[in-house]
Amino acid sequence: MSTGGDGPDLSKREPKAEETAEQSAVQGDTELKRAESGDDRTRETITQILRSDHPAVVTVLAVICAMIVGAILIIASDGPTRDAMKYFTAAPADTFNAAGWAVRDAYLAIFQGAIYNPNAGQKLAPISETLVYATPLILAGLSVTLAFRAGLFNIGAQGQILMSAALAGYIGFAWDLPAGIHIVVAIIGGIIGGAIWAALAGVLKAKTGAHEVITTIMLNYIAVFFVNFLLTESWFQAPPFSQAVSRTVDGNAQFWHLFGSDLRVNFSFVLAVLATAFVWWLLKYGTFGFRVRAVGANQDAARTAGMSVSSTYIWVMVVVGALAGLAGVSQILGSANNYQVTASVDGGVGFTAITVALLGRGTAWGTFWAGLLFGALTAGSGQLQASTSTPPDLVQVLQALVVIFIAAPGLIRLIFRLRRSSAGGSAVLAKGWNG
Amino acid sequence: MSQHSVEQVEVAPGEVVTQHLVEVPMSPSRRIGIGAAIVVIGLIAAVLLGKSAGSSSTRFDLNGSGADLTVPTFSVPGTGLIIACGVVIIALGVVQIVRGFGKRALRYVGIAVALLFIVAFLTWAGTEGKQSVQVGSLLQQTLFLATPLILGSMAGLMCEKTGVINVAIEGQMLFGAFAGALFGTIASNWLGLLAAVIIGGLAGALLAVFAIKFTVNQVILGVVINAFALGLTGYLYDAVMANDATSTNQPAVFNPIKIPLLGDIPVVGSLLFNQTIITYLMYVIVIVIDVMLLRSRWGLRTRAVGEHPKAADTVGINVLRLRYRNVILGGCIAGLAGAALTIGSVGQFNKNMTSGQGFIALAALIFGRWTPRGALGASIFFGFASALQTALSLLATPVKIDSNLLQMLPYLATIFAVAGLVGRVRAPAADGEPYVKG
Repeated sequence: MSTGGDGPDLSKREPKAEETAEQSAVQGDTELKRAESGDDRTRETITQILRSDHPAVVTVLAVICAMIVGAILIIASDGPTRDAMKYFTAAPADTFNAAGWAVRDAYLAIFQGAIYNPNAGQKLAPISETLVYATPLILAGLSVTLAFRAGLFNIGAQGQILMSAALAGYIGFAWDLPAGIHIVVAIIGGIIGGAIWAALAGVLKAKTGAHEVITTIMLNYIAVFFVNFLLTESWFQAPPFSQAVSRTVDGNAQFWHLFGSDLRVNFSFVLAVLATAFVWWLLKYGTFGFRVRAVGANQDAARTAGMSVSSTYIWVMVVVGALAGLAGVSQILGSANNYQVTASVDGGVGFTAITVALLGRGTAWGTFWAGLLFGALTAGSGQLQASTSTPPDLVQVLQALVVIFIAAPGLIRLIFRLRRSSAGGSAVLAKGWNG
Repeated sequence: MSQHSVEQVEVAPGEVVTQHLVEVPMSPSRRIGIGAAIVVIGLIAAVLLGKSAGSSSTRFDLNGSGADLTVPTFSVPGTGLIIACGVVIIALGVVQIVRGFGKRALRYVGIAVALLFIVAFLTWAGTEGKQSVQVGSLLQQTLFLATPLILGSMAGLMCEKTGVINVAIEGQMLFGAFAGALFGTIASNWLGLLAAVIIGGLAGALLAVFAIKFTVNQVILGVVINAFALGLTGYLYDAVMANDATSTNQPAVFNPIKIPLLGDIPVVGSLLFNQTIITYLMYVIVIVIDVMLLRSRWGLRTRAVGEHPKAADTVGINVLRLRYRNVILGGCIAGLAGAALTIGSVGQFNKNMTSGQGFIALAALIFGRWTPRGALGASIFFGFASALQTALSLLATPVKIDSNLLQMLPYLATIFAVAGLVGRVRAPAADGEPYVKG
């Protein structure tokens, strides 16, 4: 796991992705110019894009593919359809009918749970739920995205969220501070908790070459056991000490609701938007962001150019951890977990965030929209459970399938016979354990 | 003081290669650092454990459950043994600081230090004298908990030796566990076993196709396959098993089979040779992989493809086909590991029942430096840590140990391991890199 032992390989392999990114940018510009120059040309370009493996096209097709596979699952598990199958030869239309209704009901329920439900009392509740679920996904997704750009895998968002939530939660319930200051201190505490936990992996990578995938996975488990340990301590656990939950965060340190108290969406979503803008700015204009991208694209070239690769690794992990820490803050100071720390306060966000980042193709705003999409799917799974017999785990299958299709543009190309274009390709660099 | 030794290695039947091994001496700071760490461990054993130990002598019970022939329980003087162990550890540390052990010797010294510390610790745990320390059942539990980990790490080994990173062990195990429980109920547990292996193989094929054909980043792919497995088995559990558990989720579990003669040996017999078929399969798999990897044509080719696929291709090895085959076989083994969790133990399948064991298997593989024996040892270590935690909760130890903090130990140890404190860990050179011809 040396950081520089296999130089020739790296330098050969990695500029490719950078080049394709450059090319895609250049191509995007030329397409724009062409689009401005005339209507005929525009139509041609749009058809060209639609037939090529442009990221947007691949994303849409991937979602469609995932929904088709999901539909098969829905039909296979649907009771009425199976009943109709028994007399398939007598009345085949019945089977198709039942199957159609099952699929329609399931996807409609997801839509109603996530976007708009005409039957619900509070019309905006689904959107609010979507934003609540999307917030930690966006923040943790940004954390994974930024790590990707530095050529690092942050599998440790779970642990970072847990440590952040534990520290922010502790400050929230144990410290007695005036309103306004309390929440700021708690947020900072959460950020520090996440940053330290990620920085451990960064330091280990920089100083010893220990692969961050392994160290962050191990740090996840350590964080889980550490929080479990805290939850047995009397100064942390909520009286009467029968359940593994912490005391409740003070009202002073809770995020205020954005649109009235009957909608759960709160200020943490604003933080997510700000964080997205920050990461976008950092990667586009920030000096540090340039260093991150340089190290991620080709660490040998970056080293030759006088950048310190190891200090970049450490500092990028600090920022990565801070972003995951914000996700933890949103989980504990927001309305998602009743303002109490538990060992599952992360809510599985850490691992979903990896898929979000992948769907976002390594860009800040891409991650933002991907987080919204996955947040919507998660919000929809509640309605799926409430109003249909389709198990809510369907949503998780859909999420995984979308990313599987996205991660393999070659597969989408193969299915839809798209032309290979320079805009396609994976945003993330291939790296082994030794990289 | 670089040592030079010549070794004859049979890389394939009839092909003997002479290897010149040059042992690079360790840097002084590293030598002293390792020695100091060993001394600290010894001090912890001698001073901390020795001081806080209770006044009673410790009774050890080496017999596991279900043994026909038993050995009598015996007592050891508690504090005396603890301090003796500690002193030996300190002595080893001092020798390491002063003149340093060779690379190979250091490995055995490490194992010896670990064993001595465990003996000291178990003795300490029993010095309250209320119950005897059930070493036999502790070891049985260790093997029971380690079996899926060992199989999982062998699954990872199959993939990674050939150059494909397998983070999806967890998902493959989950598929195997599900298929084992489902087919174990509707058919028989033997068919359940077969189904688990086949479904695991299919999950391996999924990994193989995306990693090899579509050259998807393999770490990401593994994470996504895990999410897919978790979602799909959860979905199918709700759709199929939750409503009708008796006819879909109550498989017969495998009973232990006692091997004649071997099973009658006291202590060892009931521990190793009175096990289920899955554990016996695990023995076979570990031995076969260990032997084949170093001594067969397949093993040589696998290692070649994992280290330098281009060179392997140049001499006529079909890189992609070998990778496909190994990754799918790895998936089969992971499926078997999953079956160990259902039809090999509790029977029923539950959502997310692997609960991270696939990741621990991966850690064991890396901890064990991508070697079968290392992965075996690391898996047993992880199994022992979990078994110890259960055992300690039943014992009245002199000082209460928080089980959560104890459970952290294997993960901390893994971090130390990959950080190079127990020697540098190096993956196969082409591990994780897709091979594109030309």
